[in-house]
Amino acid sequence: MWTHILLKDKYCSVSSSLVFQMLHLTKGCVGCLLSRRAVLALTNSGARMSSHDHHEVSNNLDMSQPMYSDRLDTPLPDRPWKDVLDSTDKSLKQNEKGPWTALSKEEKITLYRLKFNHTYPEMKRPSHEWKTVIGGMFILFGITGLLSLNLLFFFSCVYPPQPHTFGEEWQAKQIQRMLDMRINPIEGFSAQWDYKNKQWK
Amino acid sequence: MSLAKPAMRGLLGKRLRFHLPIAFALSLVAAAAFKYGVTEPRKQAYADFYKQYDTTKEFNNMRDAGVFESVRPTGE
Repeated sequence: MWTHILLKDKYCSVSSSLVFQMLHLTKGCVGCLLSRRAVLALTNSGARMSSHDHHEVSNNLDMSQPMYSDRLDTPLPDRPWKDVLDSTDKSLKQNEKGPWTALSKEEKITLYRLKFNHTYPEMKRPSHEWKTVIGGMFILFGITGLLSLNLLFFFSCVYPPQPHTFGEEWQAKQIQRMLDMRINPIEGFSAQWDYKNKQWK
Repeated sequence: MSLAKPAMRGLLGKRLRFHLPIAFALSLVAAAAFKYGVTEPRKQAYADFYKQYDTTKEFNNMRDAGVFESVRPTGE
């Protein structure tokens, strides 16, 4: 069943991203939220499968047949959306063979919906996935922050002792030596030091 | 329903005709800003520094501070 979902990755990018999120975030309430959204996505795709491909076994997709896809970069998919037409659809298809000016607006829209699942605006509709992503990101930042800061301050110290060159005395001697050597005397370090009055400018 | 037919050709040319002059102008502005904001003041700072620079005096100051390995401070 998981392979089925991953195979449909090309056609349902939303559900696959949800699956990957499910695999990564298996923590508490976040996992529940995502599993509910993933189930919704899967039931939608299940409905699409069942009404149109009656010659296939329920959960297995026959990838050797031409497939339908709602893709922005493929305006004319390999097969129309509805393969199995009932009698009204069939008669409409007969009318389609004549001049299109004879068709009413509703008939034209019905013919469109027979051939395509989503319109381009429907394909481009914004999903609310970004909220899940940003929310999950912040949750993980928080957990990481709690863990790392806790470890740093309260539990075993994660860093080794600082080098002796970080001490106050050593730093002062270091600065004095840099000034004696005239480090960057034009625009940089020693340029900020007033050598006459022995203080910072 | 009769919408106007959208533009099918010349899209890249139109985009280039709009964006390229702006790109060139902005690049020139960026270069000029860097030249007159950074490099010219820097050249001036170096020139001013070396106008007043007494090599021997600075050398003796550094020597007395003890930073050289080839010469010891005066008086040792």
